[in-house]
Amino acid sequence: MNSRNPQLNENGTLQHLLTTEGLPVSVLLHILDTAESFVGVTERDVKKIPLLRGKSIFNLFFEPSTRTRTTFEIAAKRLSADVINLNIAVSSESKGETLLDTVNNLSAMNADMFVVRHAQSGAAHLIAKHVRSDIRVINAGDGSHAHPTQALLDMFTIRRYKREFRNLRVAIIGDILHSRVARSQIHALTTLGVPEVRVIAPKTLLPKMVERLGVHVYHTMEKGLKDIDVLMMLRLQNERMTGANLPSSEEYFKYYGLTPEKLSLARRDAIVMHPGPMNRGVEIDSAVADGKQSVILPQVTFGIAVRMAVMSILAGNQT
Amino acid sequence: MRLPDAEELFQILAKKIRSAGIQNIALVGIHTGGVWLAQRLHQELNIQRPLGMLDVSFYRDDFDKRGLHAQVKPSEIPFDVEKSNILLIDDVLYTGRTIRAAINELFDYGRPGCISLAALIDRGGRQLPITPQYVGAELKIPDNQMLELQRDENDKLSLKIYDKTSNHE
Repeated sequence: MNSRNPQLNENGTLQHLLTTEGLPVSVLLHILDTAESFVGVTERDVKKIPLLRGKSIFNLFFEPSTRTRTTFEIAAKRLSADVINLNIAVSSESKGETLLDTVNNLSAMNADMFVVRHAQSGAAHLIAKHVRSDIRVINAGDGSHAHPTQALLDMFTIRRYKREFRNLRVAIIGDILHSRVARSQIHALTTLGVPEVRVIAPKTLLPKMVERLGVHVYHTMEKGLKDIDVLMMLRLQNERMTGANLPSSEEYFKYYGLTPEKLSLARRDAIVMHPGPMNRGVEIDSAVADGKQSVILPQVTFGIAVRMAVMSILAGNQT
Repeated sequence: MRLPDAEELFQILAKKIRSAGIQNIALVGIHTGGVWLAQRLHQELNIQRPLGMLDVSFYRDDFDKRGLHAQVKPSEIPFDVEKSNILLIDDVLYTGRTIRAAINELFDYGRPGCISLAALIDRGGRQLPITPQYVGAELKIPDNQMLELQRDENDKLSLKIYDKTSNHE
């Protein structure tokens, strides 16, 4: 394992997908290009290929998720892998040991790959450090740290609609503070050469020193949406809010909810994305979510192809 | 070894396919060299049905050893495979494993009526019971060498031979 980047081995080959941070542009593009070929597979009559036949993929979900878990499951099944879904609710006291014990047990059942979703930041890293070197780990979301496959499917969607990254202005809008998706998006966008990435949010929903990630900070939609090509909405994460970050969701909608009027401030051909699940009437108006500029459902479809690409690249890479 | 001229071989191959007089045929080229040949044949033989292309990377039998090819290209079969009369086209026929993968992939699009095989060069060394119906030339190439079809900026085809550095097939 490469000590600087635990996702890569000494030869720079991808072993695990834990975060988009620090991934070379060549790795990102390889995943996106491979996913293009899988889109074709998902449009055929027989939506299955024999690539991962005989491999066992364990979906370890320590946190509830429907969409992400399902798309990982579909991706693995379309690659002909055996998929075992484990929805494990853990109490907050029994973190480290229980997690690694679980992993040890599943490794003893000859797992080839773990897809991990956990409320604790760093859980997937911990597992990746711990497992045998021939086992691959994919982070399907850890705390407020990273959600790399979501960011990759977002990059795939952007490239599908906008072709080039190097002439885009992209705005990430909403609860940046609690969002692992936003962090992964920012790293991927900057690595792929997007010249201007903005974040638009109230001060209470921005992490401290967010500018260090290379983004431009805006506190109003009126200023932030000007000349924007891609709007990446985030879900208001009520379940992660402990303090009083917001007065009310109605108040939030008034200033930051994406309505057709606010969308008209962006470029006319701008696309609207959302990682789901959406809070209609909180961060996004139904007229926008279901409108012509929305690419929210194509994102879900592309998510399967992108996860197929990640799984097959990891499974095929030598240790 | 003196290699034959790829352009001449192409003409021989095209002539053989034309004189077979197959009706309502659909061409499918295998990436990358096979696609170049299939594009040329599609024009030359004035084929009506749209051209198909396969990248067999997802069907290879050496995925566990070699992983995924760095540049997988999308497969495109723009016609209904069901009951179709398909001519698969590859540049160099060797072990037969690529053709096995291509046939498997085609069946995931439907049940073809018939599949036949054309190759610019048959270099021998088969490891599977696969026989081409049309070949430009047969050429014995030692196992430690690679034979590759190349295309220059004017679309001119040529053959190149070199020593294997890694097991390529």
